[in-house]
Amino acid sequence: MAEFRRKKAFVDKKYCVSCGCCVKVCPISAISIYCGVYAAVDKSKCVGCGKCAKACPASVIEIREVREAQ
Amino acid sequence: MKKQSKHWYDYLYIFSAAYLILGFFNILFAYLGLICFFTPLAIAVIDGNKLYCNRYCGRGQLFSLLGERLGLSSKRDVPKFIKTKYFRYGFLIFFMAMFINMLFNTYLVFSGARDMQEAVTLLWTFKLPWNWAYSGTVPPGLAQFAFGFYSVMLTSTVLGIITMIIFKPRSWCVYCPMGTMTQGICYLRNRGRIKKEENSVSK
Ligand code: SF4
Ligand code: SF4
Ligand code: SF4
Repeated sequence: MAEFRRKKAFVDKKYCVSCGCCVKVCPISAISIYCGVYAAVDKSKCVGCGKCAKACPASVIEIREVREAQ
Repeated sequence: MKKQSKHWYDYLYIFSAAYLILGFFNILFAYLGLICFFTPLAIAVIDGNKLYCNRYCGRGQLFSLLGERLGLSSKRDVPKFIKTKYFRYGFLIFFMAMFINMLFNTYLVFSGARDMQEAVTLLWTFKLPWNWAYSGTVPPGLAQFAFGFYSVMLTSTVLGIITMIIFKPRSWCVYCPMGTMTQGICYLRNRGRIKKEENSVSK
């Protein structure tokens, strides 16, 4: 089985202010605000483009590489 | 990659900008700002979400426009302490204390214990003359509240513009009292679900 490296967005929930700036810029709606408290990334959709990380006023989104078996 | 399509609520920055301009000409327009005060709270209390911030807030949009599209922002990261709960809730408490102080001043004018001041107070300190914006058409108490409320709105906009320039465009949203308050309300309302979600994720 081949292993792929993919980029995904990770939110530091503790410091997320749930402003929704990330939701507004995500081109594929892979990020949403959970219960008005923090942003949650749908890892199966996220393509790791980094737009959300750039827009986040609190800079709490990190783009990390993850390994995925496929 | 497609861009998200625009909706009517993506243009609410026009409302926010118009609000500040109208208040310059007639202070009674300040009352419109109550919408920006009660709507987010009502949505958080009734629906348990931050849809106001996430969708409708014209002020956030205005900062995006100035910082992002007009390129006025240096886009630096905000210092870490601003993101802490201590700072955010501390600022909320300070903001509320100043708000109550403003309400008390309004009450004094209502009761006749104090004369109305036709001034806008910027950053809780600087009194700006604003007498052209009031022509004495309503009782002094009502006008005093308008001056006070407009002061709150102008102060927060000025603070937001300063941090928009120094940090990321919407850095005001990190410490915005309305944002903090609505997030807190959402947390209290949904804590059961949030705890459950956290337990299932940390498996
Ligand atoms: S932009 Fe940042 S702070 Fe705002 S909701 Fe998204 S992750 Fe949270
Ligand atoms: S990295 Fe790109 S695709 Fe993933 S959540 Fe952020 S904006 Fe959306
Ligand atoms: S945090 Fe404040 S300024 Fe930012 S979107 Fe929410 S209400 Fe508007």
